[in-house]
Amino acid sequence: MMLGAHNLSLQRAGRHALKDVSAELRSGEVTAICGPNGAGKSSLLLALAGLLEASVGGVSLDGNSLKALHPRIRAQAIGYLPQSAEVAWDVAVENIVRLGRLPYRDRGDTAVEAVIAALDLEALRGRPASQLSGGERARVLLARVLAGEPDWILADEPLAALDLAHQLSLLKHLRSAANNGAGVVLVLHDLSLAMNHADRVLVLEEGSLAADGPPQEALSSGNIAKVWGVDARWIGDAGKSGEPRALITS
Amino acid sequence: MLNRASLIFAALLAVAFPLSLLAGRVWIDPFDVAGSGANAALILMELRLPRGLLAVIIGGGLGAAGAAMQGYLRNPLADPGLFGIAPMAALGAVASFWFGFSSNAWALPLAALTGAGLGMGMLAMIAGRAGGIALFTLAGLMIASLAGALTALAITLSPNAFAMSEIVMWLNGALTDRSWDEVTLAVPLVAAGVAFLMMAARSLDALTLGEDAARSLGINSGALLWLLIAGIGLTVGASVAVAGIIGFVGLIVPHLVRPLTDRLPSSLILPSALAGALLVLIADSIVRILPLVTELRLGIALSLIGAPFFLWLLLKMRKTVL
Repeated sequence: MMLGAHNLSLQRAGRHALKDVSAELRSGEVTAICGPNGAGKSSLLLALAGLLEASVGGVSLDGNSLKALHPRIRAQAIGYLPQSAEVAWDVAVENIVRLGRLPYRDRGDTAVEAVIAALDLEALRGRPASQLSGGERARVLLARVLAGEPDWILADEPLAALDLAHQLSLLKHLRSAANNGAGVVLVLHDLSLAMNHADRVLVLEEGSLAADGPPQEALSSGNIAKVWGVDARWIGDAGKSGEPRALITS
Repeated sequence: MLNRASLIFAALLAVAFPLSLLAGRVWIDPFDVAGSGANAALILMELRLPRGLLAVIIGGGLGAAGAAMQGYLRNPLADPGLFGIAPMAALGAVASFWFGFSSNAWALPLAALTGAGLGMGMLAMIAGRAGGIALFTLAGLMIASLAGALTALAITLSPNAFAMSEIVMWLNGALTDRSWDEVTLAVPLVAAGVAFLMMAARSLDALTLGEDAARSLGINSGALLWLLIAGIGLTVGASVAVAGIIGFVGLIVPHLVRPLTDRLPSSLILPSALAGALLVLIADSIVRILPLVTELRLGIALSLIGAPFFLWLLLKMRKTVL
């Protein structure tokens, strides 16, 4: 299954947020979108989710234009997790997770129970949103996306407010979704997380695609210097010994 | 949809409604209607029953509209009256007084409905296409402000003191001396309005997670806005048309009901309609039996309850947030 951006250009708030971006994303992979602030990462994710319309070009899902799909069909295929962990009313965990079934207009008991078990939310099932810690809330909101059993999981900075243990826990669930055949696309600021956990990295710079490839290539010291303007080098040896790589800045 | 809260308020309403028919300046003995006075049956059928039904219909519409509005704006302080439709309906009614059409029984409600329709049209024209919550709120507030200013102008420039007093009295809503005509007018409009709001319920649930998440769940934000404009326009417009301005019901009721539900907007609309009906019915029964020379206006009574409640709510929120 493929989710493709084709010569995507779009404007937000009167400026070019994306300029001629093309990329074919594959299911079964974890793809990270990286770049400095204002590079267009969230805009690209929103466009891939079908929530932001391109001024030029477009997005396709398995060869079909995303724009032409009925919103509910699109919602069944693509799950989107926004950066804000907003839950307006003090809704209990189980009901938040169940909102993920809205595109199907069913209760989806089997899917909801499966995701509650998989993300270890049984003990939190009846707890109101206001009584969840940051890590628990992130897990619940991811569970909401997974309850819709989407082919694609698009998440904007899902790890930003989490401590290390919760980051790794959430990444484990996202990797497991990719292993089960879903395409996972994450906007990530932390380049070490992208280096160690993504199969592929798209680097954006001022709305244009600056690099696209395996993390070792896309996030090379040269690209980091060029795009972020920071002298940095990697230590460790990812991909060979499995040892995590860490980014050292000078 | 038919949750515990709905059952509770439906049961309370079933008890309160017949009791309210008995209460008033003339108390009616339920076991001896004939013995309660020569006109007891007439009072019951021609005054109390239409008035009671109107209280239920209006309260139901306002309660449902409040629940939907709070769900849409994700704000517990939202009230359907704030968004221009009620002030526009009031402006329409005031215009009918101003031009002296109010002697015709149908002219006033129809003028109020025209005002509500204009308010809905303006909201739809300004905010309908873009479908954004901020635009909708600002447009509503500006329409409300404009309608309020024009109403004040109409009062200031009223042709005679009698018209002025009629306008001011009418603006403080009441159900005094309403007939079956008003019931006939309000029932289909409020029923259609509540139906539109119920159709919006699942989309309002999705909005709990924010606008982007809701759209990603397949919610069409433009269609949702149209449903809300139609639903709130019909419920609030019809209520102002037959009873004048009755505030605070849409604000208070969803608050009282929310803790009895799972807090999702879809679980709140029906019980809020039932609780709104109950609140207006009880408030109207109380104003009927208060020993005052002239009957206290229902709109004033509800504002007297509503404003302190609103302040208490703000204090409670301040304690939670700070």
